[in-house]
Amino acid sequence: MESTFSTTQTPIGQRLRRLLSKVPVILIVLLVVLILIALVAPTFYRPVALLNFLKRAAPIIVVAIGQMYVMLSGEFDLSVGSLITVCAAVAANVINNNPDNLALAFVWVFGIAIVVGLINGLIVTRLNVPSFVTTLGMLLVLQGAISIYTRGAPQGGITDNFRVFGRGNIEGTEIPYAFVIMLLVIAIGVYLMHFTTFGRRVYAVGGNPVAARLSGVNVGRIKTTAFVLSAVLAAVGAVLIAGFSGVSSLSVGQGYEFQSISAIVLGGVALGGGRGNIAGAVMGALTLQAMFSLLNFLGFPLPIRLSVQGLIIIGAVAIAARRGRT
Amino acid sequence: MRKFHIAAFFLFVALLLTAVVVAQEENPFLTMGDMERQLAQLEMEPVGPEGKPWEQMLEPIEMVDTSMYAKEAPWRVCFSNASVANSWRVVGNAVMQYEVTQHPEIGEFIVTDAQEKPEKQISDIEDLLTRNCDILIVSPATTEALTPAVEKAAATGIPVVVFDRGVNTTDYTTFIHPIGGFAFGAVGARWLAEELGGEGNVLALRVLPGVDVLETRWQAAKSIFDEYPGINVVGMEFNESDPAKAKAIVLDYLERFEINGIWTDFGGVSAAAAEAFVDFGVDVPPITGEDFNGWLKAWQANGYKSISPTYPTFQWRTAIIAAVRILKGEEVPKEWVLPQPVITAENLDQYARPDLPDGHFAMCGCNEIEGFLEELWGS
Amino acid sequence: MSAIAQTQRRAGAFLNVLQTNPTLGVYAVLVIMLVACALFVPGFASSDNLINILQRSVALSLVSFGQTFAVVGGSLDLSVGNAISAMAVMTSLVMAGRVEMMIPTVILVIAVGMFIGLLNGLIVTRLRVNPFIATLGMSLFIQGVLFSGFDNFAGSVPREFEFLGYSTVGPIPVGVIFMLLVALGAYFLLRHTRFGYHLYGTGGSAEVARLSGVRTGRVLIIAHVLTGLGAALTAIFIASRLRAGAPWVGQGFELESISAVVVGGAPLSGGRGGIWGTLAGVLILSILSNIFNILNVGAFAQDVLRGAILIAVVAFYTARIRR
Repeated sequence: MESTFSTTQTPIGQRLRRLLSKVPVILIVLLVVLILIALVAPTFYRPVALLNFLKRAAPIIVVAIGQMYVMLSGEFDLSVGSLITVCAAVAANVINNNPDNLALAFVWVFGIAIVVGLINGLIVTRLNVPSFVTTLGMLLVLQGAISIYTRGAPQGGITDNFRVFGRGNIEGTEIPYAFVIMLLVIAIGVYLMHFTTFGRRVYAVGGNPVAARLSGVNVGRIKTTAFVLSAVLAAVGAVLIAGFSGVSSLSVGQGYEFQSISAIVLGGVALGGGRGNIAGAVMGALTLQAMFSLLNFLGFPLPIRLSVQGLIIIGAVAIAARRGRT
Repeated sequence: MRKFHIAAFFLFVALLLTAVVVAQEENPFLTMGDMERQLAQLEMEPVGPEGKPWEQMLEPIEMVDTSMYAKEAPWRVCFSNASVANSWRVVGNAVMQYEVTQHPEIGEFIVTDAQEKPEKQISDIEDLLTRNCDILIVSPATTEALTPAVEKAAATGIPVVVFDRGVNTTDYTTFIHPIGGFAFGAVGARWLAEELGGEGNVLALRVLPGVDVLETRWQAAKSIFDEYPGINVVGMEFNESDPAKAKAIVLDYLERFEINGIWTDFGGVSAAAAEAFVDFGVDVPPITGEDFNGWLKAWQANGYKSISPTYPTFQWRTAIIAAVRILKGEEVPKEWVLPQPVITAENLDQYARPDLPDGHFAMCGCNEIEGFLEELWGS
Repeated sequence: MSAIAQTQRRAGAFLNVLQTNPTLGVYAVLVIMLVACALFVPGFASSDNLINILQRSVALSLVSFGQTFAVVGGSLDLSVGNAISAMAVMTSLVMAGRVEMMIPTVILVIAVGMFIGLLNGLIVTRLRVNPFIATLGMSLFIQGVLFSGFDNFAGSVPREFEFLGYSTVGPIPVGVIFMLLVALGAYFLLRHTRFGYHLYGTGGSAEVARLSGVRTGRVLIIAHVLTGLGAALTAIFIASRLRAGAPWVGQGFELESISAVVVGGAPLSGGRGGIWGTLAGVLILSILSNIFNILNVGAFAQDVLRGAILIAVVAFYTARIRR
């Protein structure tokens, strides 16, 4: 299997060159935004403030990395937002203000995520339902189910030993746990994607599913694994988000589906799969987050921010497409 | 083709600029008359049974004779709901269902849910009109949009009860609402300004632009803050009712300013705002809230300084009470204005419920009902 | 034993026919639904109720017809929701209650809708931005402009304009007739013109179409312009129903219209599907809303059912009979 697969694998030198030719667009945008922030709000670059910024960017980065696997394999996951809500609400319910229930809560949260990811993956690969429809349906099902389960508002409550992951700093330092978790996820993400057979197969499946199948790759299994990864990382995101602000409504995850997709596309992932990398996804998410901060520092009202966000997404992808052609 | 691209781009920018210019125009929500009326109503003594604010009314000027609607029980009562998309509406819907069980004359209670879509709600009302309802209750998904549907319903000869948001017609039999958004916004702003001694930096946290019922809250607050030359509103930010966004906004502002007070138009983000100060390592300043239980709990547990105006969910009960009166032929006010109680440090313990979820709304007129809250939240 | 096998084979063959002709499959679902509802849902089969279902379908169908062009071409349009809000506001703002402004306003709004579609089409084809991103970006852009300009209902339409949303010809609402006329026009464009033929080719395989001399870029731009037109018609209809437009009246139409097209049997990969399938898809969604109302289904359970049914219906189209 290894040998038949190597036909679709690119040599490391070429891969590096491709990496370099993709990164700049988003890197330039990110640098420009960061420089503008430096001009408008120099205090942003105090180490503490910077760490806090990264702490806030952590959930979107984590969720985006999960979404990235799905998109590289040529699919979408629109259900991450409502899955985040489900995980946060279930955690609150299971912990129910008793710190001893922490472990049980993690079992539930990640158990649910794995099941949801599996169902998404199996419907897409076994029943051939397009992922857009599958995950849109899943979004509705999860949203309705959690509302029925909680009767319309999150019950119970999360305790400090759960919240520390999204809110606290490592004892005696200014380093947030969220930042460390984010680094861990990035490290694992990079390892899985660029140094394992699984990662190469994700590229292969997204790039050319027929060729991948002919060379012996189990396309269904790869895609299903990608959906499970996306769901699990959405659950990690849920832990960070719920920890940061507490769980008080059933809209905690709203918008994360489109935000994560925007971040990844900004980072140079081709929709339809096969192209992109983790560094790009991380920078895309950072750029989005930094842009929000910049527009905030500049005192732009919310509506203008939406418009600017729209233009930047289109612009960045257009520039990337132009480069890709030459 | 390239020229065309450039032209299109400039057209876009022009559109954007036009929109911004339009935005600078006079805001349609702020009519000083309405605001003064609401502030006066805050001081008024309501008419009606003591301790049951959902049956009370303020200034019942014009009473409507409903004898022509009197009917033999059992009645079929139909309700077109905008949605149960947030816990304010969940609590309201539950107290409404409870009130229905208190009236054996109501034989059937039919509910449709428009999922916040005005166009769907019009179709829902058309569905209901084919089902021989004795009375129609409407909680509009948005102010004014339901006007034609309410007119059409009234034209079929059945009484119509409108509550919460209004419609742009008087074809309804009665329109039920608490005093209103101006009063809500003004109560918090006045308290905050006085608490700060008329001096200091205030940050305003709002949910979304363009939502009529919230717009009035901010308009009132702004005009109150304008009365105090020492109050400096350093920012007005939107959080889309997301506590995480609200907390991030406050942290961003703390990087740049000293914040002496927070005004919010939605109490669901007050606790997150308070937490931002704690995480930043400074004292929590006065923060305005709402009867959102998550805030009442945090306020009580940490001894914050706050005041919580309310937009009571007990109005959902009133809708059923009004429907029953109409079908009995008893008179109702054309505009049924309900009191809008305020939660202060003095009466906080009466409303904060550590045993209930954050999303519960305290001013539900349901705290004394035996077993109701356990049933609602399953605790 | 063999009899059972034969029935199974026949059933399999029947399913095969349904699946090779998606529109037939959609109508099979629709008919099964109608029959089941008529039998088991009290009050469903009354003429008033059936007319309500049609009336309920008008707004969604107009934008879904437009969306069909984009989807057949292998694209999609996520900006229609906010575009509808913007154009509904524009309708009531420009009309401002004046009867003489009705026709100019309608022309203006249609032009704006087509212009938005044109921009989408240009961004997708000339700038080579993926349609998902191009129209998501456009959607954010429009929403930003809209919210910075308008807080609430702006302007109003004159009473005369309400004929579109509320008048009837005999028992049939004007809106329903309008819907059917638009469907006929869209059907003609899609099935009986060179453009339609090329659109199917482009959506099926852009490469093959280009090699056989189709100007795929131009075809896709026209498809997006027609999607914008569909959104404009929905905006005009909604303004007539609501008597005024507000910046949030169109929210949700983007995902709902795509759902309707997909339930109508068109795969998102393009090249297949059609107007009558989309119409059936819209009707299926409307019937669901209607029976949820009749059966008093709770709002939360409705979400679960909608999601599950969406997946199940599409799974029905895509399932291959195992031999």
